[in-house]
Amino acid sequence: MKIVKIIAIVLLVAFLGIQFFPVERNQSDSVPKTDFMLVNDVPSDIQNKLQVSCYDCHSNNTQYPWYNKVQPVAWFLEGHIKEGKAELNFNEWDSLSSRRKASKLRSIIKQIESGEMPMASYTLIHKEATFSEEETQKVVKYMENLKDSL
Amino acid sequence: MSKLKLVLGIVAIAFVTLTAVSCKDAKTDKNNSTEHHSEMNADGDHSKMNHDNSDGHHDGEKKEMTMNGNGTSQAVLNDYFNLKDALVADDNAKAKNLGAVLAKSLGSLDISKYTEAEKSELKEIIEDAVEHAEHISESDIAHQREHFKVLSKDMTDMVAITGTKVKLYEQFCPMYDGGTAWLSTKEEVRNPYYGSKMLKCGKVQREIN
Repeated sequence: MKIVKIIAIVLLVAFLGIQFFPVERNQSDSVPKTDFMLVNDVPSDIQNKLQVSCYDCHSNNTQYPWYNKVQPVAWFLEGHIKEGKAELNFNEWDSLSSRRKASKLRSIIKQIESGEMPMASYTLIHKEATFSEEETQKVVKYMENLKDSL
Repeated sequence: MSKLKLVLGIVAIAFVTLTAVSCKDAKTDKNNSTEHHSEMNADGDHSKMNHDNSDGHHDGEKKEMTMNGNGTSQAVLNDYFNLKDALVADDNAKAKNLGAVLAKSLGSLDISKYTEAEKSELKEIIEDAVEHAEHISESDIAHQREHFKVLSKDMTDMVAITGTKVKLYEQFCPMYDGGTAWLSTKEEVRNPYYGSKMLKCGKVQREIN
């Protein structure tokens, strides 16, 4: 029992300790002119869906709920955001060439259709980010039209 | 009793914490050793297959890589064809390695001798193609084939600018993803999108000299 207590205290200290390591917040006040929503005529329901389901990891601005400010959750999230933004940043959409836009749109469509995105670890907490069948169809159709119009 | 609960609770939280932290570390480790890892995979896969055959392929790769000057479009094409052959052979691990090789040769393609318009076009092609090649270097085979489709389009557009020393055949499979093309140095069709499942599905739709 004594050993358990000691271990517990050590771990507690470690847990409290890591709270002091700063995390780079993915937050920005301004939306650049190159943003996907600004350069494309996106219907409001699709805008809303993308904002809720994609923009947390694929833009310069993440909506942080309280638990995402607690370590090590924040670290975990930070890694995902970094990776997500490297892959696709909706805020910088218009800086891509048409060729790259077409590639990205193809990937967006594939990933939403197959349910790979949004990631399961994300929708686990953000239930509202899940795509219903109807939403999938709508967004995929929009993205396909956009790809054809490039 | 409530003390015990508290202690257990703290232990649980701490455990989750440490697990998550160590997960993160493990992940970076994995990223760092991707190449090494896939090489190991390659060996694992090869042992299941004909040894002589795969060894022969390896030698071929090395020879081709040293024979062709780095930075030329021909070097890029060779790496593309090696990758294509790996997909024809349903060899996920090998395609991973060759995807990384192709990403590298794309990155070192010398475009200085082209006109400004061609340069900017080539830059876009390379940027796109590198991304697909990198994805191929870390995906399962279904994903590799998806990326190979767009990569093939990039390569075709590149050849339209750079030209090619050897005669190429643009081949077309009407079944894969609404119809999909690829390039080959041989006239006979070996389908990289289906591999052994439908090896000969497709036709030559264009010859490029």
